[in-house]
Amino acid sequence: MPYTSAPSVQFDRLRVRYRDTDVLQDVSLTIEGGSFTVLLGPSGSGKTTLLRTVNRMVDPAGGRVLLDGSDVSLQNVVRLRRSIGYVMQASGLFPHRTVLDNVATVPRLLGVRREEARTTALAAMARVGLGPDLAHRYPSQLSGGQQQRVGVARALAAGPRIMLMDEPFGAVDPITRRALQHEIRQLHAGTGVTILFVTHDVDEALALGDRILVLDAGGRVAQDATPTGILTNPADDFVAEMLGTASGDRSLRIQDARGAELVVDRSGRPIGVLER
Amino acid sequence: MNWVAANTAQIVGLLLAHVAITIPAILLSVAVAVPLGRLAQASGRARGGILATTGILYAIPSLPLVIVIPAVFGLPLRSAATMIIALTVYGVALLARTAADAFASVPAEVAAAATATGHTSGAQFLHVELPLAMPVLIAGTRVVAMSTIGLATIGALIGIPSLGSLLTDGFQRGIAAEVATGIVLTLALAAVVDGSLWLAGRTSQPWTRVAGRARGVAA
Repeated sequence: MPYTSAPSVQFDRLRVRYRDTDVLQDVSLTIEGGSFTVLLGPSGSGKTTLLRTVNRMVDPAGGRVLLDGSDVSLQNVVRLRRSIGYVMQASGLFPHRTVLDNVATVPRLLGVRREEARTTALAAMARVGLGPDLAHRYPSQLSGGQQQRVGVARALAAGPRIMLMDEPFGAVDPITRRALQHEIRQLHAGTGVTILFVTHDVDEALALGDRILVLDAGGRVAQDATPTGILTNPADDFVAEMLGTASGDRSLRIQDARGAELVVDRSGRPIGVLER
Repeated sequence: MNWVAANTAQIVGLLLAHVAITIPAILLSVAVAVPLGRLAQASGRARGGILATTGILYAIPSLPLVIVIPAVFGLPLRSAATMIIALTVYGVALLARTAADAFASVPAEVAAAATATGHTSGAQFLHVELPLAMPVLIAGTRVVAMSTIGLATIGALIGIPSLGSLLTDGFQRGIAAEVATGIVLTLALAAVVDGSLWLAGRTSQPWTRVAGRARGVAA
């Protein structure tokens, strides 16, 4: 299904306090509708907090979040959340519901009849490569990669125009993670939904984002650039350190190979292609 | 055995009286302790207050309690209702902490996922937290049920009929068979209730039985 108008997200002088510290101080950013934006930062940089202000799981102490220009704090919170896809690690699946019922969660909450909700859920499962044979299993009976796909399918089943993804692939093996990353890129290309993706993994950020926002403590935006821009021109020592270029342990570079941009490590070994 | 055969009607009557006291007391204990346990999860301060208060209830000596309850609730001294209220007090004392632990055992990520998918707080409680707290709640309820069925016998001391009447009467009149009957039936009733709760727990949590079974291999 094509998404004609994926919403933009605007953070306007956002401030979030937890106990006596500012988790986010004065964050102002605009995320374009239909873009794939990665929030990259170490733990404590406030990236998950920033994500959760969009669906109001975190309430800001100051500032506003605008979704397609309208202030989320003025919207019905339950309706808002049902309209936004949220994907987290596999541990966020409902262990007491089958795969099918996990995926059908939001349609059921919206009052869709059971049969219809299951049809929607099966379609969402198919889009992430989950066959109907898995429908009646419980999450504990799936592999890590399958669990992640269930999480993505659950978010898709609501037919969202924006998806928030909080380190969804952090707990799966590297090969499966690559496959999932590839699929989520394709899903984005096919739907044009706005994606905000949180990770602390530099490789993942480079592989996925059209745009990468590198966050430092307090939600300070250390750099806001394309993957190429970040690799070729780290804004400061903090970004360089995240990339591993400062210490020399990885030294990712970009190399042209017949028109495609190849990411290579210090010894010239290619580790990925920038899909653009 | 002659004594049992000669007094079957009385024994059955006391067994039914015992059931009529203990089952409502167990149900009431659950109905009060579960919301209290969930409330205790709301904040550290609520938890401290609720658990300290309910914990102390268990230390109230039982005989004064069954005498005070009729005065407070305006009930006749020797009514089954008195015993039901007293047993509920102990049941809540015993179950509130377990109920709080049961809700604490719901993984934070799952609760966050319930919020993120747009559950109202009522739906989140009913459809996510309660089912996931169920294994621990059932375990706690089994303890309360056993304690309640055993404790109900003391009602006989103030003349509230139950299987305990067989114990007091048997002791006073020196009838060993009567005492034995009282003990055996109390234990048998406890076993039946415990088994039913175990079965109810098992059938209501199909997902807990699949864990550990063969997992899919393909990623």
